[in-house]
Order: sequence, then C-alpha cells, then structure tokens
Amino acid sequence: MDRSNKSLIRNLDWNVIIIYLLLVLFGWINIYAAVYEGSDSYILDFSSRYGKQLIWIGASLLIALFVLILDPKFFSQTSFIIYGIFILMLIAVLAVGSETKGAKSWFGIGDFGIQPSEFAKGATALALAKIFSSLSADFNKWKTRLSAIAIILIPMLLILLQNDTGSALVFCSFVFVLYREGMSSYILIIGFACIVLFILALLVNQYLLIGIYFILIFSVYFILRKKIRKLNIWLFILSFVGASAFTLAVDFVFENVLEQHQKDRIEVLLGKKEDFKGVGYNVNQSKIAIGSGGVVGKGFLNGTQTKFNFVPEQDTDFIFCTIGEEWGFIGSSITIVLFILLCTKLIKMAERQRSKFARVYGYSVASIIFFHFFINIGMTIGLLPVIGIPLPFISYGGSSLWAFTFLLFIFIKQDALRQELI
Amino acid sequence: MRDAFSSRRITISAIFIIVGLIYIIRLAHLQIIDDSYTRLANKNALRHVTQYPSRGLIYDRNGKLLVYNEAVYDLMVIPRQVKEIDTAEFCSLLKITKEDFIKKMDKAKKYSTYVASTFEKQISKEDFAPLQEKLYKFEGFYAQSRTLRYYPDSVACHILGYIGEVNEKTIEENPYYKKGDYIGMSGLEKSYEEILRGQKGSKITLVDVHNREKGSFQDGMFDTLAVAGQNLYSTIDIELQKYAEKIMANKRGCIVAIEPSTGEVLCFVSAPYYNPNLLVGRIRGENYKKLSQDISKPLFNRALMAEYPPGSIFKIAQALIALDMGVINPNSGFVCDKSLVGCHNHPSASNVRDAIKMSCNPYFYRVFQRVVQKTNPNTGKIDSKYGLSEWGDAAKRMGFGTRLDIDLPSARKGYIPDTSFYNKWYPSGWNFYTIYSNSIGQGEVGVIPLQMANFAALVANRGWYIPPHIVRNFGNEEGKFRYKKYSEKHYSMIPSSYWDIAVEGMWGVVHEAGGTARRAKIDDIAICGKTGTAENIGDDHSVFICFAPKNNPQIAVAVYIENAQGGGGTWAAPIASLIVEKHIRGDVERKEMEQYYIDTNPCQPLPLKKKIKVKKR
Repeated sequence: MDRSNKSLIRNLDWNVIIIYLLLVLFGWINIYAAVYEGSDSYILDFSSRYGKQLIWIGASLLIALFVLILDPKFFSQTSFIIYGIFILMLIAVLAVGSETKGAKSWFGIGDFGIQPSEFAKGATALALAKIFSSLSADFNKWKTRLSAIAIILIPMLLILLQNDTGSALVFCSFVFVLYREGMSSYILIIGFACIVLFILALLVNQYLLIGIYFILIFSVYFILRKKIRKLNIWLFILSFVGASAFTLAVDFVFENVLEQHQKDRIEVLLGKKEDFKGVGYNVNQSKIAIGSGGVVGKGFLNGTQTKFNFVPEQDTDFIFCTIGEEWGFIGSSITIVLFILLCTKLIKMAERQRSKFARVYGYSVASIIFFHFFINIGMTIGLLPVIGIPLPFISYGGSSLWAFTFLLFIFIKQDALRQELI
Repeated sequence: MRDAFSSRRITISAIFIIVGLIYIIRLAHLQIIDDSYTRLANKNALRHVTQYPSRGLIYDRNGKLLVYNEAVYDLMVIPRQVKEIDTAEFCSLLKITKEDFIKKMDKAKKYSTYVASTFEKQISKEDFAPLQEKLYKFEGFYAQSRTLRYYPDSVACHILGYIGEVNEKTIEENPYYKKGDYIGMSGLEKSYEEILRGQKGSKITLVDVHNREKGSFQDGMFDTLAVAGQNLYSTIDIELQKYAEKIMANKRGCIVAIEPSTGEVLCFVSAPYYNPNLLVGRIRGENYKKLSQDISKPLFNRALMAEYPPGSIFKIAQALIALDMGVINPNSGFVCDKSLVGCHNHPSASNVRDAIKMSCNPYFYRVFQRVVQKTNPNTGKIDSKYGLSEWGDAAKRMGFGTRLDIDLPSARKGYIPDTSFYNKWYPSGWNFYTIYSNSIGQGEVGVIPLQMANFAALVANRGWYIPPHIVRNFGNEEGKFRYKKYSEKHYSMIPSSYWDIAVEGMWGVVHEAGGTARRAKIDDIAICGKTGTAENIGDDHSVFICFAPKNNPQIAVAVYIENAQGGGGTWAAPIASLIVEKHIRGDVERKEMEQYYIDTNPCQPLPLKKKIKVKKR
C-alpha cells in the first residue's frame, strides 16, 4: 500500500498538476480584483465572491485528492451509470430547475446552486470512452458510429432545451475525439467549409455568392481537367449544388431558427451592426479593457475598466478582461500559453495510454478544455460572437471549477497507472 | 498505443497551437499596436453622480413663500483617482489648512479608494465660483450640487421643521436613502417628506484623463432623471404668524389660531422659538447643540407636546357634558359655596350661562359631582365609575384625550383620566371627592394647546370640528391634491342649543359686567372667550380661548402663557384679542395696548437648573 502510494506520486504528471494550480490561483487573484471595491476588503470574507471562490477552490483540492485515491477502475466500470445519472439530472432540471440569465440549468438548494450541465460533459466523455474501449468497437461500423453520436447528442439536446446554448455547443468539441478515432477527414473539412460559407452568406448577397461559387468551382474543374485525366465532374456539380443550397439555407436558418440576441451577436461580430449600447456593448467594453492593459498591464487592483461594472459578468464569463487589463499582454499571453501547453500535453499523455478507454477519455478532456478556452477568450477579444461559457479553472463558480477538476484528475489518475491499465 | 490514426494527434495539436497563436497575435494588436483602446479607456472613466431633485417649496395661505431652496455644492473625491495636485492652491481655494486636507483625505480613503465620498460639504455659491474654474486641475475631485432650505421671514420654525442627514437606521429600513442624503426630521418637512423630497435620479458621465466631463455615458441610457418634489400650500397666514411671534418673543407659551369653518391653522407659535435659518448648512451642528442645551427648550414644540392643565376653560366642556347627560338644565343654579372649593368674589350663578361668564368654581364642582356620581344599576348605590367613563367618552368627542389628526409629527394625545387610571393611582379606592379638581380643569386632565384651539373652534361651530391642519393642498403645476380627512366634520353629538348657551356665556365673559376677560373686548368685533388660570408649581399659567365674531366666526384662538404673574384675564385674554383684531381687521388699532403686551414679559424666570414643569404621568 505504502509502496503503491509512493509509485503513484512518482507517476503523477506533475507538469499538468502545476499548470492546473497556476490557473486556479491566477483565476482567484483576478476574481478578487474584479470584485474588489474598496481598501477595506477582507480576503476571508466568505460572503463575498472571492471568499466563496476560496471555498470552492478548497473543495476542488479535496475532490482532486479523492479522485487520486479512488480505484481507477471505478470510473471505467461505472461510466454508463454515471452517464445515466446525469442524463436523468438534465431531464429533472428541466422540470424543477431554477432559472438564471434565461437558462434553466440550475438546481437550487438554499443559497447554493449546482449546474448538472457542467458535469454532464465529463460523464459524456466517460461514456464515449467506454463505447470505444469495447473490443468490437470500430468507427468503420455504423453501430459504433451511431452509438457514439447518440451518446454525444442526447445530453447536447437536453442542454439546448435548457436554453443554455453555450454549454450545448461545447459538445461539438467531441468532434476532435471522433476524428482521432477514425472519423473521415472530409467531415472536418466540410465542417470548416460550412463555417466559412456561413460567414460569407451573411456578409455577401446570396445570389451574387452563388454566382461566385459557380465561377470558382467550375474554373477549378477546367483548370484541373487538363492536369488530371479522370476527374469526376459529378463531384464538382455536387459541391456547387451543396454550397448553393447551404447559402440559401443560411438565410432561412438565420432568420427563423436563431433567436434575436444570437442574430445580433453574430451581426455585431461581423461588423454588420455597430451597436455599442446594446449587444455590442459587452464586447466593446471588453476590448477597451483588454486593449488598455498595454504590454505590462495596469497592475493588480489598478484596473479602471473592470471596476464599477463597466464590463458585465466581469468575474465569470468576462474574467479574461481583468487579466488583460491588469496584467497586460504579458499576463494574458502567458495565460494562453498555459492553456495551449495544458491541452497539447493532454493530447501527448492520451497517446501514451495503453488502454483505449484512457486514450479516448484523455482526448475528450483536452478537447473540452480547449473548446471552452477557444470560445471564451475568442469572445472577449472580439473574434467570436458572445457565447456565455466559463473559462476553465479561472472563472468564478463552484460547479464549473469542480466539474473541470473531476474531469482533469480522473485522467491524471488513469495516466499515472497507465502501466497497469490495459 | 499506436494505431492507424495516431498521426492525427499532430493535426489536432496543430489546430490547438494555431488558435493559441491567433489569439496571441490578436492580443498583441489590441494591447500593443493599437493604442486607440487606451485612449478610449482614458475617456472612459465613469463618474456616477446622483441627481438630487429640488425639494418642494412651502407657501403660506396667500401664496407667500415660507421656504425656498438655495444651491450649494458638495465637493466629492475618489481617492484613487487623485494624482499629483497642487495642494497649496487647492487648500487656499477651499479655505482649509494642509492638516485639514490630510485629515479629510485619510477619512475618504478609509471609506473607500474607489467610491466617491464627500470631501467638503455645502460650499456656498460664492465660495464655489473660484473653485469651479480650477477644478479641472484637481483630478479625482468633482462637485455635486445640493440644495439647502432657507426661510425668508425666519419664522414658523416649529411648523416647518428642519431637514438633516439620514441616520444609519433609516438607511437600513428604507433603501431609497443613501449616506449623505437629507430627510425631514421634524415639522412639515417630516410629515410630508415623501411629497416634498421628489425622486432622486442618477447620471453617469464620462470623464477624460484631464478630469473634464465628456458628456453622458451611452447617451444617458443608464441615467434616470430626478423628479422635483411637490410644493405644499399651507394654511398659515405669514403676517399673523409674524405678529404672534413678535408678541411671544420674550415669553413662554403658545398661540394657536384656527379658522373654525375649515380647521385650517392660521398661526401656530410655541415660544421660545428659534430662527429656522440657524439649523441650515454648515452652522447647523453647532447651533443645534446650543439650542438643545437651552433650559427654556426652544426646540420643544409646546403647542403639540406640552400637556398642560387646561384650567377654567375646561368648565365649558363640563357644562355641555352635564347638560347633554341631563344632570342639569340650562337654568340650574348652585350657590357659590367657597367651603367646597376656593373662588373669587362674585354673586352666585343662577344659570349655566352666568356660571360660565363668572367662572364659578363651586358651581362646576356641583356640576361635575352630578356628572360623576351616578347610580350603579346593579347595587343601587352611588358609584363614580359609571359617570366617569361616560364623561370621558364625551370629552374625547370634543377632541380631548385623543390625538388630533394634525399633519405634524409627534402631537400628543393629552389626557382624560379614566377609572382604570384611578384604580391604579388609588389602590385603596376612590370616589368623587378624590377627583373633584378635574371639575375646574385642574387635577389629572392634560390638554395640549392645539386641543384648546380646536375646542374653541368646536364651540364656534356649535358642535363640530374639522381636524386642524397646516397644509391645504400639495402638488405642482400639473395638479393639486388634498387629504379627504381634512374636509370631514367630527361631531360632538351634543345638541346645538346647548352650544348656544356656552356661546352666550363666553360672550358675557368679554362683554358683560362680572365677566373675567373684559380686557379682551374690541369695539365692533364680538369676541366670545373663556379665561383660565391653571395652578401648578411656580406661578399660575394664564390661559384664554376665544373665537370671533360671535356669528360666522372667522378665527378661534388659544393662548397659553406659562407662569404668568396674573390670571387668564390679565395676559392671555388681551393677547388673544390682539390676534383676533389683527386677523379680522388686518391691522391692530389699539397701538398702546399692543406695544405693552409686546414689551412686557410676565413669565416668571426659569430656575437655572430646573426644567420647565410639564405634566408627566
């Protein structure tokens, strides 16, 4: 027992743990700064947001310890049960949950609330890993494909029903996992093409665009035809029809499926609307805050823009503003580097797993953290539309921090015992 | 574990790294290359300024201004925005020393470095002008305009009351108020607080790095406009008020005058009084301390809060209650038997009218005896309890022992003793002979001067009154409102024929031989009145209530002079008649008499340490 504990400690990937601790600590410092109002603030004031976050952090460390001590087989053996429990909770929250900011995604118990959707991502990762770890699993078979997609789509749709678009979107991150496990590259390319087409369709007149596609696709065909002998014209016709249909559909989807605030956010991002009061307000203020930080920042507690509620949600979704303003380019790029280091490190760790379960799970963890990072920071620096999801380990909030701690440390434990787990 | 797709890890990691690089490039652009955001942020310093509405004005019954507002400025500071400033210049502009500056700055920092606090309060317009020009030099400081109350005639302090800064308790109870706000603390300022104060607004202005305001934030999207307070149109006649205060300048006591047909208070003086302008602005604190330590209690509103023994004016009420109960009739006569209770020399009264006119003590001893000593229907014995409670109810219908619904705070109820009070007071038992002094308005009865004036109005109206009030209506240009309760009559339930007898008696008091207030007589104006001389520790109080003219009365007055050397007829009655003449004629023709009562102070000086005797229970 003693020996196995020692070897566990030795085998733990301390680099990842240190990055985790750095991010959590830096997050707390910035929550303190965002909430800070006067000189007589007291760090251990547990009625304040930074005081509460301190409690969440303490609890997270206990969670991490608990996961490290627990038998690693527990999660692989009970993954479907855990998944089932969270699906039930997602259904229950629709019935009895409480609403914050328009999304019905919370279980309120007195002053405390818990958000099942935060934990559902990890549960989905476990279930997905379980599916792929079965001996018969093969992504070339429809059975594996459909069950993997169902595992991802069920919680995603339930969260969409809660009106929490941001959290639902995070389930798209599993595309990276599916890709790693054998999904066709074309899907990734088509997906990327769709995003480009979507943006173009919103910016340019659709009929003009269809004309441009026509010229573009068929001139490519005629150029290539001279070089490649057996070029299938149907492939080009199909892609032209697909692109045209998609372009026409974008308009319909944009007008009829998206909600007004979502439309506004996209239009503001694309510069079609200049609106510094309504929807554009958050982003504009956020950019001003970050931009005014300069190279070295204004210094801890010296931010002016993130005080007085200039930037809304300054300690949750827009926490990166405080980092940018008070710690400048240096502080904010270090934060980005830490996240990228963490995510690539996790991919590297996933590849060294001997068990397929651990590998798929590791990819899921990396993808989920990356996706949160991608959306959250992209939004605050004005590259992506406003989608309210927290920045992992940094944003204020118990549910989010705990969920990410569970997510990460389950994998750290798997990794530490990778020699034993097959 | 390698498999066919393990090379895809490179694609995925590459995507991660590319996104990271794009973000870092974007940050470099935002934070280093493009300095427009820094400029925007500098322009972007926000200043939350509270917009204080102007408080409603107060007018007298003829539209003359009683209270107006004057602009002053509070100098605010946000400590962390204060950069290097020329402290010497700043201090000389503000007329403070460097030590003051450091002290005030420390205090502000202690409150909060981010949130504005008041650096210097209530700077007058004149002092503020030179400061305003240079304020841009002093980063972190800005001015906030406030209004203070001023009183052009320096009168009516007890009616108007004063405003002051809200205390912690009020802030906790009522979220409308914030630290540093003003609130009505007494008088009309307090009772009409919500009408007078209006609604605060807030404005967010953008301030650039040079401490200059750059217009409103977001085109005022988050601003709320202040709504001005409503004006009060009072029933006070400022000329009469000034006149009454002039007479009371060197005396202690009260004058309250009411228009009987409407219940409108015409003048309301509690002496000693103070100049309301003393409790305004920066001099307020010191003056308040001085006034509250003065042994003659100028802050104490005697007309509402002093429960005096009414003395003989109460005999009118006794007569009416007895007549109504049927224990006497208008022609009942009682011998002036001084062995029962002391009296002055006069012929015995043979009817109610003459008894009132001559204010015969033994007569009302007998009257009260008949009222109180009723037969217990169960035992057949005489029992004072039954009479006393019936008497108490009737007295309350006349506005005694009950809180009159005046629109001023802290009016007292006065006191009409009841059986449970005497049971407690005399545990071994009591009867008429223990409580008889109430018959002549002494003993346990306590009446505030407002109730005395109201009673005079009740007699003038022959049996009803409208609750006395100071404000006729309130509002602004868009419309005026009034309280319904101030047009509702309260009836005494005693037939008007009995009131006519009381009126006749009161007419006799002033106009007939043997009347106790012949000095109150005015040619051409028929005054009906009743004197009182209230015994107490120290010299007697001099009391007089009256109304005039006898038919279609225009004014009812109560005058109460504390510890005056002489009875009601000597001091209170002539003073009341001056008030009546002033109101009805507009000016007083009896100049010599007027001058005498203005100059002379009949009040026994107060012993240095002893407080004035206010009846307490």
